[in-house]
This record gives sequence, C-alpha cells and structure tokens, in this order.
Amino acid sequence: MKIVLNGEPREVRAETLAELLQECGFSGRVATAVNEDFVPSSLRIAHALKVGDRVEIVAPMQGG
Amino acid sequence: MKKFYGTQLPNRLMLGTAQYPSPAILERAFRDSGAGVATVSLRRESGAGQTFWQMIRELGVLILPNTAGCHTVKEAVTTAHMAREVFDTKWIKLELIGHTDSLQPDVFQLVEAARILTEDGFEVFPYTTDDLIVGERLLAAGCEVLMPWGAPIGSGRGLNNEYALRAMRAEFPDVPLVIDAGIGLPSHAAKAMELGYDAVLLNTAVARAGDPAAMAKAMMLAIEAGQLAHQADPIEARDMAEPSTPVIGKAFLS
Repeated sequence: MKIVLNGEPREVRAETLAELLQECGFSGRVATAVNEDFVPSSLRIAHALKVGDRVEIVAPMQGG
Repeated sequence: MKKFYGTQLPNRLMLGTAQYPSPAILERAFRDSGAGVATVSLRRESGAGQTFWQMIRELGVLILPNTAGCHTVKEAVTTAHMAREVFDTKWIKLELIGHTDSLQPDVFQLVEAARILTEDGFEVFPYTTDDLIVGERLLAAGCEVLMPWGAPIGSGRGLNNEYALRAMRAEFPDVPLVIDAGIGLPSHAAKAMELGYDAVLLNTAVARAGDPAAMAKAMMLAIEAGQLAHQADPIEARDMAEPSTPVIGKAFLS
C-alpha cells in the first residue's frame, strides 16, 4: 500500500507499524508517530497501517 | 544547590550537543568542561541517530531532550512523548517557538503544553521569557523549573534584560532558574551566576567557537567564579570613590 514515510511517498508491503520498521530496516532507538499521533513501541505490533498514513520515525539527534 | 525535580545536578553547566565541527570535538567539550547535562533532540532517522546515541551515553551525563522547532501544542506534546520513549527520561526541555526571527517562545501555548505534559507525568523544563506572570502560570501548570532566555537563541548577546532577570530571581527564590539561550561569552555566564541563577544552558557559544573544548572549559570556570561571587555577598556599586587605603595616620608631607 502507499503511505508517506518521513515525508516521502512509499509503496510498502507491511500491514502493521512493527512490520514497516522491519521492512524499512529501522532498528535501535527510534520512536514512531502515525498521522501526528505518538504510537508507543508496545503498540506497534497491533497498529494496522492504512493507505495514505503519514508515518514518522525519529531517532536521537544533536540538539541545543 | 537546588534540586531539579529531585535530582542533584553535578554542576551548573548544561551543554547543547549541536553544531560542533565533529563528534570528537563535542566529546572533548564535555570532558574538558565536565558539563553535567546534555541537551539532545529527535529528528527523522537517517542512520546517524544510533551512533550519536551511543556516544552520548558514553559521556555519562544527564540527558535533557528538547522539543526544538515545535510551533504547536500538539506537535510539542507528541515530540515529548517520542523523546520520553527514546531517551528513557521524564525530563523534557519544552520549546514552543512563536516567532521565526527571534525564536521567542509562544508563552500561551507553552503554558498549555506544560500543563498537558505535567499531567502525563513529565518533568518539564520550559524555555520561556523573563515575564513574571508567565513564570507564575508555568509553576501553576506544574513546572518546578523555569528557564528564561538571556537573549535570542544563538545570538550570543548575553543577558539582554538584566533588570527583568533580577526581578525573576527575586520573585521565585525557591525555584531552580536556568538562563537558557543567548549566552555568548564566559562573562555572560558569570553574570547569570552573580544574579543568583542556578544554572546556565548554552550551545552555540561553545560549539561555534574556534576551540569549542577550551570555550566549554572557560564557561565552566566562569560559572564557578560567578557562583562563588554570589555566595560571597558582593558589595553594592556606588557613584563616588571611597578610598580603600586608610586616611588616618598618613604622614604630613606637604
């Protein structure tokens, strides 16, 4: 299905958020949000993706 | 030293982790200064995040994630939740930017976001202005720390409104107060300490200096000097001279 991942349109096979992370090779310390709502890591397996979902995957970065 | 949400800080320097010429220089700035708190952020994962996280962990400092760049309550609250999970801390430096050029906080949204996050169990470090009423509202919303700006972020102008910062210190004698943003020189950091502030948070002044590690150390020394001076009860400034050498007993030679 077509989704938007970190601002880029993507065609993915994943049906859940957890599968998406695996499919796109995200590991380590990341946090997720779908359609601007935070999705805790414990809920990623149960979180079904829908066509057009806007998924954000963020990681630690330098900051002031 | 006042505790920050029950935590005793090792010292009074909070140092940002952005804009250094290299990760090695960032690391040296922390090691040479001994800064006890590192501010960090979250950005879209591009592969560099995990290496950065590993390095920050090895510094062995307290981590203060920020919501830099957020312009709405919703955005800041979501970012805070993501930061809590990634960095495994209840601390959040709450930034809600209201103006593009000055990066002045939007204090109305700031108070609202602080209330929501406090109710969600966060320990909020709000980046705010030197407005006393906003400070009161933030405390009423559950904040136990206030972080007024000295000057706009990255400007290096120092303490733009010393009068207001002095008033803030007097108004909230028991609240940990941090000068966050605007510091450019060690003398600015020393001044903040002389005013009785509890800590200083800075980034650009160190990271963009020609020798960031040396500047970080200079900042820490200035903070120590300023704090010691504050405790030592400085004299009042006066307009006229007052001889320091005793007049009595001076030989009559004219």
